[in-house]
Amino acid sequence: MGHRFIEEEATADIAFEADGKDIHEVFRSASDAVINVMIDNLEEVQSRESRVIQLSNEALDLLLLELLQMLVYYKDAEQLLLRVKDVEIEKFNKEWHLRAMAEGEHIDRERHHQHVDVKAVTLHDLRLEQTDGGWRAHVVLDI
Amino acid sequence: MAVVHALQRISDTVWELPVTYKAGMKVPARIFGTEKLIQEMDEAVYDQISNVATLPGITRYAMCMPDGHSGYGFPIGGVAAMDVKTGVISPGGIGFDINCGMRLLTTNLTWEEVKPHLNELVDRLYQRVPAGVGSTGFLKLNTAEFRTVLEEGARWCVRNGYGWEEDLELTEESGCIPGADASKVSQQAISRGINQIGTLGSGNHYLEIQVVRPENVFDKKVAEAFGITIPNQVVVMFHCGSRGFGHQVASDNLMIFLMVMENKYGIKILDRELASAPFESPEGQHYFSGMKCGLNMSFANRQVILHRIREVFSQVFGCSAEDLGMHMVYDVAHNTAKLERHRVDGEERALLVHRKGSTRAFGPGLPGLPARYKDIGQPVIIGGSMETGSYLLVGIPEGAQTFYSTSHGSGRTMSRTRARKLWHGQTLQREMESRGIYVRTASWPGLAEEAGGAYKSIDEVVEATEKAGLSRRVVRFTPVGNVKG
Repeated sequence: MGHRFIEEEATADIAFEADGKDIHEVFRSASDAVINVMIDNLEEVQSRESRVIQLSNEALDLLLLELLQMLVYYKDAEQLLLRVKDVEIEKFNKEWHLRAMAEGEHIDRERHHQHVDVKAVTLHDLRLEQTDGGWRAHVVLDI
Repeated sequence: MAVVHALQRISDTVWELPVTYKAGMKVPARIFGTEKLIQEMDEAVYDQISNVATLPGITRYAMCMPDGHSGYGFPIGGVAAMDVKTGVISPGGIGFDINCGMRLLTTNLTWEEVKPHLNELVDRLYQRVPAGVGSTGFLKLNTAEFRTVLEEGARWCVRNGYGWEEDLELTEESGCIPGADASKVSQQAISRGINQIGTLGSGNHYLEIQVVRPENVFDKKVAEAFGITIPNQVVVMFHCGSRGFGHQVASDNLMIFLMVMENKYGIKILDRELASAPFESPEGQHYFSGMKCGLNMSFANRQVILHRIREVFSQVFGCSAEDLGMHMVYDVAHNTAKLERHRVDGEERALLVHRKGSTRAFGPGLPGLPARYKDIGQPVIIGGSMETGSYLLVGIPEGAQTFYSTSHGSGRTMSRTRARKLWHGQTLQREMESRGIYVRTASWPGLAEEAGGAYKSIDEVVEATEKAGLSRRVVRFTPVGNVKG
């Protein structure tokens, strides 16, 4: 589980790859990557608030995009930095359904070392693929 | 960086990818720039601009300006004019940051007068114009009031005491684009934007104090008409957009377009970020009305920031903003799609002109210009990197070739991730201070990513812009103080 930012892509924006041994883990690592673009010290996000996020989509990669968008939403609407702790993903009635528990706290300019704001999660070259070791997501964020 | 073999030189500053370059291209793609700039462009630009050339209804060319660089969907610097009857509207051709734009205001102060107060000015501006991740502004509005802002834009601000009547005349669309309909935006978009009026944001957004050196005035007569009248005059330029509100409007509609694009309208695209709907379809019109709310939110944002800048200068110099000559030169949007009339093959047509990282640059006499600039042409504000400089240009008749569109900035040559490895924010700040530029930032790594070395040469971009006949240089500005998001 983890993520890496890609140097060779997205001149004006930020591209990353996130890995996980299973689908749940790759959703969690991609979520952390988004928050890590906004603040450098991810480990400083304390679990003081929680939000339940429920989403559904026919496409699994778009389900991931919608989850990441929700994290961007909470950052602006409630000034909350959230880390996804538990995530359940199931497919029924031709749709993927997600229920995630996200925990975090309000942005603290002293403790949270700011990097850059994420405007949106783009569809550009969005990929969610199975690999030999599990799953990998490729995401480009608009900065 | 590499130039693709298919790229044909049309002139010293115009390059073309023919329709044979990629299956599905409906028009050629034209890229504007000197050979040096073309060499510096990343290959993704060619891929992205040729994808744009496949969109339904695209007219004449898919175009990329001299500051073009790879984006998502459209390249940044991309321009596409769509026939309103047969064409599409695409959020990817506008950008998530709807009406990201530039505003420029003058003062009647010289650098000698401002220099002793520079650090205090920048420090106060940094406090009064919030920047960075999740920043919120001082305006506390309820939902009904915010909806009014979305429909009235900067007019709401001036009516409520945040600015002068003349500011509206000097803003594109007079600060309020007609047809914005707040019932067409989601509650999520409202929740994201309601607390953000008066904030800069992050990334390449900034507020800068600049000086006009006498040797950097290229057209004295036009400069005077734009309010640049004294040697070493101090001006203020800032760059920001519609904040989380606009981003959410774009995100919401991209998902709607994805659902209907192929199933309902049979539109096939080469990159999902180019998701589109026919302009005249219910989905297309829904986005167009919501997008206009983004335009107005951004005009309002820059209007409130202008008000804060005037307050800060007034406090520091102990006299009114009026006495300090703090008049707007202009406010331009560089992420938009607007209905305009242009001549194509001798016939006047209604077109939806997408400009993503491109500034509208109307030549003299075109409708929509402020009365005072009618015979001169539209001021074009081009922001460079924080270390180098910025420009004021003017729209010219030859701009008709690009539907009166021109460059918008330096254009990056290096990814943020790479720039961050090469520069260190605090060191860069000290180096800039030793070179006479005082910077305050909400983010050290964010500052490093904006290092001048990560951008093309603004002088080269502007020279190419002028040579290509897209707009003409008036004044170059030298940065002395900067608030970075």
